[in-house]
Amino acid sequence: MIQLEFVLLLAGLLFALSVAGIFLNRKNMILLLMCIELMLLAVNFNFIAFARQLGDLNGQVYVFFIMTVAAAEAAIGLAILVVLFRGKKSINVEQLNEMKG
Amino acid sequence: MFDNFGMQAAAAEIFLIATICVVLLVDVFLSDSKRWITYALSLLTLAGCAWMTLSYGVNERVSAFSGMYVADPMGDVLKLFSYATVAVSFIYARDYLQRRALFKGEYFVLGLVALLGIMVMISAGNLLTVYLGVELLSLSLYAMVAFDRESTVAAESAMKYFVLGAIASGMLLYGFSIMYGIAGTLQLDELAVELRSVESPIGLVFALVFIIAGVAFKFGAVPFHMWVPDVYHGAPTPVTLFIGAAPKISSFVLAVRVLAEGLDSLVANWQDMLIVISVLSMAIGNIVAIAQTNLKRMLAYSTVSHVGFILLGILAGTNDGYRAAMYYTFAYVIMSVGSFGMILLLAREGFEADRIDDFRGLNRKSPWFAAVMLMLMFSTAGVPPFIGFWAKVEVIAAVLDVGLAWLAALAVLFSVIGAFYYLRVVKVMYFDEPTDTVDIQAGGTLRAVLSLNGLAVLVLGIVPSVLIDLCVRALP
Amino acid sequence: MIRQSVLLTIVLAPLIAAILAGVFGRFIGRRGAHTVTIAGVAISFVLSAWVLKLLLVDGAPPVNEAVYTWLVSDNIRMEVGFLVDRLTALMMVVVTFVSLCVHVYTIGYMHDDPGYQRFFSYISLFTFSMLMLVMANNFMQLFFGWEAVGLVSYLLIGFWYTRPSAIFANLKAFLVNRVGDFGFLLGIAGVVYFTGSLDYQTVFEQRELIAANTMQIIPGIEWQAITVICILLFIGAMGKSAQVPLHVWLPDSMEGPTPISALIHAATMVTAGIFMVARMSPLFELSEVALSTVLVVGATTAFFMGLLGMVNNDIKRVVAYSTLSQLGYMTVALGVSAYSAAIFHLMTHAFFKALLFLAAGSVIIGMHHEQDMRKMGGLKKYMPITYWTALIGALALVAFPGTSGFFSKDAIIAATAAASIPGATYAYWCVLLGVFVTAFYTFRLIFMTFEGPERFRTDAHGHHDSHTPHESPWVVTVPLIVLAVPSLVIGWLTVQPVLFGDYFGTAIFVEAAHDTVARVAETFHGPGAFSLHALLTVPFWLMVAGVATAWVFYVKKPELPSQIAARLGPLYKLLENKFYFDELYQAVFARGSRRLGSVLWRAGDVALIDGAIVNGSAHVVGWFSGVLRRLQSGYLYHYAFAMIIGLSALLAWYVLR
Repeated sequence: MIQLEFVLLLAGLLFALSVAGIFLNRKNMILLLMCIELMLLAVNFNFIAFARQLGDLNGQVYVFFIMTVAAAEAAIGLAILVVLFRGKKSINVEQLNEMKG
Repeated sequence: MFDNFGMQAAAAEIFLIATICVVLLVDVFLSDSKRWITYALSLLTLAGCAWMTLSYGVNERVSAFSGMYVADPMGDVLKLFSYATVAVSFIYARDYLQRRALFKGEYFVLGLVALLGIMVMISAGNLLTVYLGVELLSLSLYAMVAFDRESTVAAESAMKYFVLGAIASGMLLYGFSIMYGIAGTLQLDELAVELRSVESPIGLVFALVFIIAGVAFKFGAVPFHMWVPDVYHGAPTPVTLFIGAAPKISSFVLAVRVLAEGLDSLVANWQDMLIVISVLSMAIGNIVAIAQTNLKRMLAYSTVSHVGFILLGILAGTNDGYRAAMYYTFAYVIMSVGSFGMILLLAREGFEADRIDDFRGLNRKSPWFAAVMLMLMFSTAGVPPFIGFWAKVEVIAAVLDVGLAWLAALAVLFSVIGAFYYLRVVKVMYFDEPTDTVDIQAGGTLRAVLSLNGLAVLVLGIVPSVLIDLCVRALP
Repeated sequence: MIRQSVLLTIVLAPLIAAILAGVFGRFIGRRGAHTVTIAGVAISFVLSAWVLKLLLVDGAPPVNEAVYTWLVSDNIRMEVGFLVDRLTALMMVVVTFVSLCVHVYTIGYMHDDPGYQRFFSYISLFTFSMLMLVMANNFMQLFFGWEAVGLVSYLLIGFWYTRPSAIFANLKAFLVNRVGDFGFLLGIAGVVYFTGSLDYQTVFEQRELIAANTMQIIPGIEWQAITVICILLFIGAMGKSAQVPLHVWLPDSMEGPTPISALIHAATMVTAGIFMVARMSPLFELSEVALSTVLVVGATTAFFMGLLGMVNNDIKRVVAYSTLSQLGYMTVALGVSAYSAAIFHLMTHAFFKALLFLAAGSVIIGMHHEQDMRKMGGLKKYMPITYWTALIGALALVAFPGTSGFFSKDAIIAATAAASIPGATYAYWCVLLGVFVTAFYTFRLIFMTFEGPERFRTDAHGHHDSHTPHESPWVVTVPLIVLAVPSLVIGWLTVQPVLFGDYFGTAIFVEAAHDTVARVAETFHGPGAFSLHALLTVPFWLMVAGVATAWVFYVKKPELPSQIAARLGPLYKLLENKFYFDELYQAVFARGSRRLGSVLWRAGDVALIDGAIVNGSAHVVGWFSGVLRRLQSGYLYHYAFAMIIGLSALLAWYVLR
């Protein structure tokens, strides 16, 4: 059986990767949305691993809720992206700098 | 069986979700000229919620849905205050939206859903409920910011808000998941018991940092504040008004439910972190606000600094401290609604009134509303006898009580610095020449409610015991 | 017995009048506005005088009672209450009397101003606030009155809000006072911290408790808590009473209308700091360090601000600098524990300085709003009443034996000579030389304005001015005469009881070791003997020398001053630029904070995140740099980056430590 530590490490790495992706990626906004999904998946890994370790169902239930919310989040993210694209004719992250200061 | 579910405890939420569906449906069949029906229904919904909360009010903590949900006096007070805030936001927003062909159902429906999120957070008894409340609120707010489809700045700020908010939610969740792994429960009250017997705190502190980061983001505290100025600036003013008001109550309750109830055995750890965040917020918020020319942006930075003060009360970690933070939150919400309401009052076709210079010579045009703005600004600056002064006194007293005298001194210093930029607004209103001669065009309801709002700042400052007693009732 | 209703009426009459004149000004008209406000203040004055009589003649006990409990929070009671003893009653009478004179005078001075009703409303509001301040029995209300008088003062300095200089002066007053209030607030916080109460009496009863404590502000150095608290409170007094280095706002406040200068910036508000320290005498007596600080600051103000009065040409500003200098004298008196002398000087000063200001205002009216003394001269002939009353004021100011100012100022000098706390020698020289300076600038003003050639005939451009100066209307001259009487005689009448008798009783507390007034009292044998004896002392001859010098410079040989000014170039320039205080503040604080704001604003986004952190790590990690350099623009990722940095910093701090 795979030890808990390894799963946690994987989740931690995924989380770090997604965070890095958000501020390293400077071109495509779709990638941002993907990174956000990845981040939630990392959290899901954690919950599943702990739920299994503890023999507790609550963690697994939590994961289902996170997945549902993630779907809603993606829908809203894409909707905002569409509005943005209509105005700017671009989904380049670098062009999101009209407001500053 | 159904009695244990405690439907009654969640009566207001159930009523709200049902009426949201009704409003949504009705709105589909309305023509633009009949849109006022949506508006009226939304206000009626809020009245209904208030009635529900009042009639099912509780005197002590009641759990429902196997502990997922709690109803307590604090929750009732916060909910009632939220209804009032949302109602006032709707009333202020109406004129502006109508004049810009934005008077659609979305604003009101999304506002109500956001309110539902706030209510879920207020009544959360479990980390899962907390998360659902947070997301319900956040998702509605992202959509609200972007709902003016013609505005690219609004879409841009919505995107920023969305991405950063999602990161914050991710952090919060990551912290929750580790907390769950260590304590083996998601239930906040059980968590508090379990954590007391945990020996090695390193994992706990690791999780705690993530949770603090998430909470700080929802508050808009430094260094998680970057979204605040852009979103306040870019969103349509009615949305800014909305975001600046009721969600602050939810941030407060998030901190209290998670930190004070769930993680109170870690108080020594999170107190230190909050001190850092609070000091940074007061410093950056107040200092950067000085350089602003856009009023909405200036108010955004001022929000950041006020968040620092709210955190002062929370970080005290005592019941007095939470009460002071609650009082500050109420005071802040009243002042914030009023200040953005003033922008909406002056705004008209093709004129946003969101620059400080747009307030030039207001005293010539309307001495009364200049006085209202004066009271709001003085109160926000913390000048006695306005309500903002008492709020500051309360949190500073709470910090002094736990022996953090240096922090109290720092808070006084920053509030003194802060007085400067509020004064600038007053100076512009009273001493500068008006740039145009167009009269205020806002309707009667807005004028009346805004006047009451301005007076509330004064009256609640002269008789501060009204609101303080309410806080004492909520957090005995 | 003094009834509560009487005290309430004293306070509320001006408030109600202010509201009537302010809110309903449009309906009741000009006449209505001045009638109602004058009536309000007159009621206050009569009742205040009656209260003083009750305390003095009928021996009524002092009142100390709460009127209304506002709020109880954490066992700290915040209430509105009155403490009326002889100290308070004296202040009440002075405030209402001067206010009444100024109200009447304003009818004439503001005759043509469109903001007539607003003005009356403000000065009545001021009277209310000032009364609240002096009658307070707790720190809360004191602070309230303190802020309220400040607020009205800003409103009035900026009364002519179309003048840019008035707005600037206004802002300056606000900001400088913020510094003072910051100290004051911290001082009050300290009092609450150690005693858990805001009430004067409770605090004074527990003063030994504060004295027993020490606190560390800078780690490693122990401070006496009482010293810290007293110095903080005094910083508040420095702001309000315009002591060096927080004095810069007062001369500029002369941008406001003259009645305001007389009422607020000479007679009453600026003395609030002096009153407060006298009220807090039980606290200050416990800390010699604090008293020394008070003494040195006061002495510096008294002498150096007087010097500035010697070179200024604006009639109002000269009087303003003399106010600064006289406030310095009062502060010196506080520093040597001669509280009664400070209050006594406060009282006499209120009369003669209000008189001088109103006289200056009368001159300004007569000269058709000309304030430059170089364009006056020879006005004695045209404005006899103003001349004689101003002369009385001037004699009182220079402490001519027998006038009111003489008794109070000589007492201060004598008390300073008798003092032994650190800094007393420095202070003694300052106040002594200050006498010469005072005499010089006062009579310079009198000579330049009323004597000599009539310079107003030709203005700066050489055109002939058709306006001939004229005496002011009766509403202006009557207050002058009314104020001239006490300026002349009040000292003679009251020096015995107020200064050397047991007038203040328990209102003022002095440690036996510090009691300099008692030492002066040993040589006091009645006002007449005191005056005669003065003729043989140094201060008198210094005063005579000052007057004589002024006479030589401005009457006998008017060309002399400019020659001397040229000879003493740098020194003259230093004085003319007011020791460069304004430039310093402008450079350090005003510009500094604005720059700091924009630096942080930019530094947060551009320099720190983009430049230092992102680029910095780019240098460390080779390949990283190429990627990041190309992608450096926009903001979203910077925001995210800031969050990550925040998170990592917290993690590093708590987990890895």
